[in-house]
Order: sequence, then structure tokens, then C-alpha cells
Amino acid sequence: MTIKNYCWALIDAMREEMERDKDVFLVGEDVAAAGGAFGASRGLHKAFGPLRVRDTPISEEIIVGLAVGAAMTGKRPVVEIMFMDFFGLCLDQIANQAAKMHYLYNGAFRMPMVIRTTVAVEMGIGPHHSQTLESWVGHIPGLKVVMPSSPRDAKGLLKSAIRDNNPVIFIEHLALHKMKEEIDDSEEVLIPIGKADVKRTGRDVTVVATGLMVQKALDAAAVLAGEGIEIEVIDPRTISPLDMDTIATSVQKTNRALVVTSAHKPFGFGSEVAAEIMERAFYHLDVPVRRLTPPFTPQPFGKGFEKFLHPDADRIATNVREMLA
Amino acid sequence: MSSSKLPVSRSQVGEPVGTGDADISSYRQMYTMMYRIRQCEEQLNAVFARNLFPGYIHSYLGQEGCAVGVCSALRKDDCIVTTHRGRGHYLAKGMQLKPMMAEMFGRATGVCGGRGGEMHAADPAVGILGGNGIVGGGIPYAAGAAYSALLDGSDRVTVAFFGEGASNQGSFHEAMNIAAAWNLPLMFVCENNLYGEMTPLKEISRETDIAKRAIGYGVPGEAVDGNDVLAVREAARKAVARARAGQGPTLLELKTYRRGGHFQGDPCNYRTREEEAYWKSRDPVDLFRAVVLKAGVFSEQEILSVEAALTTEITEAIEFALASPDPVPADALDHVYAL
Repeated sequence: MTIKNYCWALIDAMREEMERDKDVFLVGEDVAAAGGAFGASRGLHKAFGPLRVRDTPISEEIIVGLAVGAAMTGKRPVVEIMFMDFFGLCLDQIANQAAKMHYLYNGAFRMPMVIRTTVAVEMGIGPHHSQTLESWVGHIPGLKVVMPSSPRDAKGLLKSAIRDNNPVIFIEHLALHKMKEEIDDSEEVLIPIGKADVKRTGRDVTVVATGLMVQKALDAAAVLAGEGIEIEVIDPRTISPLDMDTIATSVQKTNRALVVTSAHKPFGFGSEVAAEIMERAFYHLDVPVRRLTPPFTPQPFGKGFEKFLHPDADRIATNVREMLA
Repeated sequence: MSSSKLPVSRSQVGEPVGTGDADISSYRQMYTMMYRIRQCEEQLNAVFARNLFPGYIHSYLGQEGCAVGVCSALRKDDCIVTTHRGRGHYLAKGMQLKPMMAEMFGRATGVCGGRGGEMHAADPAVGILGGNGIVGGGIPYAAGAAYSALLDGSDRVTVAFFGEGASNQGSFHEAMNIAAAWNLPLMFVCENNLYGEMTPLKEISRETDIAKRAIGYGVPGEAVDGNDVLAVREAARKAVARARAGQGPTLLELKTYRRGGHFQGDPCNYRTREEEAYWKSRDPVDLFRAVVLKAGVFSEQEILSVEAALTTEITEAIEFALASPDPVPADALDHVYAL
């Protein structure tokens, strides 16, 4: 076993897949000699050379376009869009081109491509570097969207994403990049896309949390356990396609559900999960499904505002207590 | 009128037209393809007028010299990416006529099973990577296909076809810049038909010679009479040779004219009948017809017989499409994801 942080787990995943398959390559801003804006491609340029690990201009539309055209012609590109906030610059290539090629052309093209991107909540870096926008892509058929919350999940999901024959949006919470976990290097870590993980079992309330919020839910669980309250923490890991079976099964046991995200409430992931629970487990519910999210505002600069806006362990615990009251 | 800026084409000022066997054979092929596209567009317009066409028609009428000139410089394994106005490119790059036609009508026998329709057809077997419903949407992924060739160590070339309208999208700029920086085997072919949808180019761009933009990216740019198929082919051959030799991208601007409106039924009240008449006098099919007759490629009788056969071929393709079944609606649920 080796202790790896989330960032190195990502690098390991890319290195292993690039060694395994010569069609895999990585392009994006600062990914080559610099080793990535966040260090998430360190060593790959040296290991795989200038064609397979290449710096692009700051041109997000062409970065994704490179992946689309390369995937259509037999490659398995991985591209990095530094912050998810920059998806506004490349959404045509993602939503109109990548997502629809396989479908529109009746299966003539496969689209094995991964867009790695980050969500920087709790980094205090302001409104253009902090949005959790999985709804933008989760709403589009043809895309898969994953959001791992631990180093091992990050490694295993990235390897699966690279092997998947569809466009996968791979969302990393930047605040998790330093998180450490033991990973067994002797086994191949492959986490299936579309499979939720029960991070902690419990009988009283199902808490569905994504990305950074998973850790906060686990922190809340530890506090609540001291009060005799056992929450079940479910990390969907994949936003789309969503593993509702695991969530619904849990809700049928606990009869209560709270969804915690760093994305906004209106039209967001929490709304989707809540609606699915209504459809699948309505008669099992003892109280209405709750969504805990930041208020519906842009994110101003600085950690003071962020601390005020974002869900934390205290707020999760408070909501759980209210739901059991 | 913008036509005053047209480059003078060599074949039309009496520049020698080749007379070797290979030339004769290629002229026959080019004229045949131009006339096939012409018939396709004219007969589709007639079908549309009879209200038998499901959806819009973005006519390629008048631009036949562009598709045929460029594609006759390409190999089967070269790739093209085209636009909403892509039928000429589909045919010239080798898509089979009947499946192409059936796709336009959204029929189950279409090359994409009828789910692409009039703006979207693709056939990887002949390097056709799709049309597009987004102006400029194809250019970025053409760069991806070109990068794929670099990774393969292949001398395969990719062509991005687009209109002058797309040249004002950021996607064009981003692709030009990276193709130049990375020396991508990519040809940018701008068919400047003077109108972006219903707006004249001169109203929305100060510089209406799109080829000049190449200078800013450090790549060769050439403006060519797009209605002279031989001039187009010659320019395309040079650009293809550069790309195959690892010398990177070229921007070709083909000066042409959209004989129809943006879509069939567009009243074209934004342009003059005089302008339309001028361009009709410079029709690419008529011009090349005169060239091949003068060069003795076809006798008068032969050409009439070829044209009659092509007319029948298109009529039969449309009949095939109209007689073909619609897709099974429930098939809409298939192919959302690949296995």
C-alpha cells in the first residue's frame, strides 16, 4: 500500500493508461513542461514526449475540439479545462458536437474522450473560478459526468473514463487535490462509471453528497454518531448516469433523504435526486426530501464569503437533527 | 458589387487546359460530379416546391466548383468536415448517392439511418466526419482529426469546409492559430458565397478578403475563383502537398456565390436581381462545360448523354428516398451511448 494524494492518483491513472494504450494522449493549458496548473500531469511530458503531452493555447473551444476530432478518428484523448467555469467557452464542442456524434451518425463514430476539469469551491478565488456546474453537462444526453471524492475513486474513475467509449466529463474538486488515501499499487484500480458508493452505513437519514461535500457529510456523521444518530452517506461518484438504485434502496431503509451539494439549488443535482426519490420511494418517506446548497448567488472573492455560503458539517448535522425531530 | 475583386482564373483566360489522358479522365470525372451535384440541388429544390421535403434545404447550387475542385485533390483516406450546406462535399468526397439522398429525407435507408437529416451526414469509410447545424462548429474538431494524423505519423490531410460566415466565429480563429502553431495537416477552405445567412459580408466585416487573414497566423492564404473548378483544384493540390509534406495549414478562400437563398424559400430581398444575373453568367457548371467541350473532353452529343444519365440517376435517387421507409420512431432511444 502507498499513501497517495488525489492529485498523484490522477497522475498515476493517466500514466498507467498511457502506458497501456498508445492512443491515449493529453493536451491542455500548461500540461506539458509545467506539469499542469495544479501539478496534475507532473512527469507525463517527460515520460511520453511532446506529441502525447502537449500545451495548448488558451483556447478552450479548440482544446475540446481536438478531443472530438481525435476521438472520431480512433484516439482516446484526455484534455484539461483548467476550471469548470471556462466551460462557457467550449460548450458547443461539448454539448453539440462531442455528445451527439455517436447518436447522430447512428453509431458510426465512437467518442472515447475525457475532459478533466476542476471546481474550486473553498479556494476563495472568486466568481470565475468557483462554480460547481455539473448541471450544465448532466443535462445533456450522450455525456457521462463523474465527480470523485477520494484519491482511490479519482484514480479508478479516471482509468475507467479513459477506457470508456463516450465523452466523460471528469470533475475534480480542487480542495480535494491534497487529500490522502492508501492505494494498493499492486492491483489495478478500476471504479465503474455509474456506480454509487455507500461511504458510511446508517439507519436514520440518507445523506447524498457529491465531491467535496462527501467529506463534510462524513464529518457530520462522526458528530451525529456521538448523539446516537446514524446517517448513511452515499457518494454517487457518477453524476450521469446516476445510480438511483443505490440511493432509492437506502431511502427505503432510512425513510429520510438529504442531498448536499456545492451546486445551486434551482435546477440542480439536488433537485434531480429529490425528484427521483419522489418517483421511486415516495411512500417510504417520513419527511420531505431536503436539499442543502449554497444560496442562489454568484460567489464573491475570499474565504469569508465562501464559509458563509457553503454547506459544512454543522449545517448538515443541523438539517439531519431537524429531519429527525 | 464584390465581384470586382474576383481573381481572374487561368483556365478562363485561355490558360492551357491539360490534354493528356489523365487530364481528360479527371475532367470527365469532375464535370460528371459537378453536374451530379447540380442535378441533385435542382431536383431537390423542385421536390421542396412540391412540399415533399421534410425540413429545410440549404442549397449548394452555384458552389459546385468548390467541392469538386477541392475533393478531386484528396485521397479516400483524407478527412473532411463540412457544414449545414454540405451536400456537394458529401458527394464529391465519395458518399454513395442513394444513402446520402435518403438521409436528406430522414429515411431509414439513409447513410445515418435518417437521424442526421439535411444538415448532418457522415461516412467514416470515405473520411466524411459530418455536417453541422452550428456555423463554425466543425472547424475545431477538424483540427482534432488533423492532430490524430500527426500522432499516427500519417500523411493524411483533413479539410475543414466552412463559409465566410463562420470566419467570424472564434472557432475559426482558435483553429487557425493552433493549426499554424502545431503545423497541423489541415486545410481551411472558406467558400465565400458573400452572404452569411441573410446578411452581406460587406455589412459585417471591413475586410472582405478572408484569405488575407492567413497573414495574421503566419500561414499561406490564397484567394481563388471558386467558380473555376480547375483553379480550385490547382490551389487545393498545392495546399494538400504542403500539408502532406509536413508544412502545415493553408487557408483557401474560394470566391463563389450562393445561387439560392440561405434556405430554399428565402425570398432573397436583401440582394439585387442584377447581382444574381451576374453570377448566373459565371455559373461554375456552365463555365466548366464550356472548357470541357472546347478541349474535346466530351463531344456535344456525349455531354448531353452524360447529363441525361445523371439527371435520371438523381431522379431515381430521390424516388428511392421517397419510397424508403421512415425510421422506426422507437429507434430514437438507441445509440445515446456507445458500448
